[in-house]
Amino acid sequence: MSDARSAILAKMRSAMGRKADDVERKAAVADRLQRSPRGPLPARGQLPESERTALFQKMAEAVQASVVRVASRADVPDAISAYLKSKNLPATVRMGEDARLAEMPWSAQKHMEILKGRAENADLATVSHALGGVAETGTLMLVSGPDNPTTLNFLPEHHIVVLEEADIAGDYESVWARIRERFGKGIMPRTVNMITGPSRSADIEQTLLLGAHGPRALHIVIVDKG
Amino acid sequence: MQITSPGFKENARTALDDAPLQRALGNVRKGFIEKRAKAAAALPEFDVLRDNARDIKDHVLAHLDLYLEAYAEKVEAAGGHVHWAETAEDARRIILEICRDKSARTVTKGKSMITEEIGLNDFLEEHAVAPVETDLGEYIIQLRGEHPSHIIAPAVHVNKDQVEADFRRVHTHLDPARNLEEPTTLLSEARGVLREKYFEADIGITGANFLIAETGTSVIVTNEGNGDLTQNLPKTHVVVASIEKIVPTLDDVSQILRVLARSATGQDMSVYTTFSTGPKRDIDPDGPEDYHVVLLDNGRSAMLGSEFQDMLRCIRCGACMNHCPVYHAVGGHAYGWVYPGPMGAVLTPSLMGVDKSGHLPNASTFCGRCESVCPMRIPLPKMMRHWREREFSRNLTPATARYGLGAWAFFAKRPALYQAATRVAMAVLGRLGRSKGRFSAMPLAGGWTKYRDLPAPEGETFQAQWAKRRKAA
Repeated sequence: MSDARSAILAKMRSAMGRKADDVERKAAVADRLQRSPRGPLPARGQLPESERTALFQKMAEAVQASVVRVASRADVPDAISAYLKSKNLPATVRMGEDARLAEMPWSAQKHMEILKGRAENADLATVSHALGGVAETGTLMLVSGPDNPTTLNFLPEHHIVVLEEADIAGDYESVWARIRERFGKGIMPRTVNMITGPSRSADIEQTLLLGAHGPRALHIVIVDKG
Repeated sequence: MQITSPGFKENARTALDDAPLQRALGNVRKGFIEKRAKAAAALPEFDVLRDNARDIKDHVLAHLDLYLEAYAEKVEAAGGHVHWAETAEDARRIILEICRDKSARTVTKGKSMITEEIGLNDFLEEHAVAPVETDLGEYIIQLRGEHPSHIIAPAVHVNKDQVEADFRRVHTHLDPARNLEEPTTLLSEARGVLREKYFEADIGITGANFLIAETGTSVIVTNEGNGDLTQNLPKTHVVVASIEKIVPTLDDVSQILRVLARSATGQDMSVYTTFSTGPKRDIDPDGPEDYHVVLLDNGRSAMLGSEFQDMLRCIRCGACMNHCPVYHAVGGHAYGWVYPGPMGAVLTPSLMGVDKSGHLPNASTFCGRCESVCPMRIPLPKMMRHWREREFSRNLTPATARYGLGAWAFFAKRPALYQAATRVAMAVLGRLGRSKGRFSAMPLAGGWTKYRDLPAPEGETFQAQWAKRRKAA
């Protein structure tokens, strides 16, 4: 295959009138990759923290996600239990090994069953912890791993996502900065999911329907900074 | 896929007479334009972001060789494999080799125009591998044995009752008496049928909206979540992407994402934007064990440095066809290959040759709406003109058009003669058409008058009227 690689690169270079060993171009490209300059950011998301949270909620609700805010991490199991009841769902959720979720007082929910690990096809409701949120468009950002396996985001009917208010940014770029800090510049986990509302399709006569292949409902629990 | 672009005129005529198609095309005219306009108006920075998106891609195209090398290095560092394919045939062969290596019998597929371009489904079927399209629209047209008629809404030419009939024909394991009247029941049925396929599949194949050089990441943008199930449940994930999908960094992709969904469906963001880098890590409880990227050239490198380079900025949002009066009239299949509408009218001649697709750049009114809505500011009408010039210079234009243009050029280069000739012609036509005010037939203009009347001129040329008005003022 290295033949095809050389052939394609050679075709490009001859079409562009470039040389392979162009030191100046190489330095320019390396520099741009290293600096990763930011482009213009929409003013919409550039707000103080409290307004940012309100904008996140408004934008997420505008794309048919449901949002509740709780005062502390300790209130999350209650909020999730109330959501399951309101949807007439069994008191069963599946989640990964996320330490923040593990510390929450689930045992206070007498009848709730907590399943662990990657999602199964039969799971009705799963719980993930988001790495961050983006107020600009009400977008959640989740990363793969044992803490929050990616299948939890796509297989269930109801996906419940816990998001810390402190992790809500104004724009996508700020969350990428956080991901670079955590994983190292130029390194990514297997999957990063940006999720904006529940699954949908308009493929039949351009009529919008929720719950195409992914979750029919996306429920976001925001833990206030207090 | 087989190209029928040489038969564009016949295709278009058939499309105009196709009543269900015309009903379905109403959904394009109604929905997309208004939704895009609303989304663009709600973001004051929209035009600034378009400028920046254009600049990012121009920068990449100027150094595409180096960015591809940087990207490939990062994919391999993350444990993925990169395959380079010069032609569609090479890409098909590479993918089949991966299938054979994994003893794959079923592959699920996320929506991918590149796999349409290389005719992957037919090829896999011929080699005993069953491809299953999972995007709802793609699934519908796979059942119908058709090709997409739109790059983001592949089944936009199909009506609900047709989908119902197809589901009843194919899903014979379900109760024949079931009610499928509501679109939601159709959606639920497809969801149920396809759920099983994700778990059965040996390989998941997706396209890519972007490839990120900084991290070796492929990005897909979807609303349904089918692409994510396709790439997460099987043991192997294969990405098929063309070489111009590269962007430098995560910041750059964020910039372009801000104009992509708004231009395409009028959403601020599509529901799922997924960044995939390499196979699953050892500690990951899910995700594919193997990750392959097939990088396809298929004629694109030859567009670099040419007057068609700007076309490589295209992010496949579909705004150009959503706003095109020709697409509105004939739909996507008439264009005769994978890419319809204005972007197809430029890209198809580049990839398949203008000798086969010369009709496409001519199927334009040059109204300019495509360029005015293109998020990447691609000068589509200008490039269609370039194709017309090339067609003319290669003697591919039909003889009548060549003689007509030759005759017109003879007069146009001699202004005095031109004015005299048009003055006489207008006077004669004005007098002949005086009684009815229009012509229903005219020699040499049958192509026009067969479908509509030609209004009779008022008897004087524009230049004469202009001169008279100037004198009067």
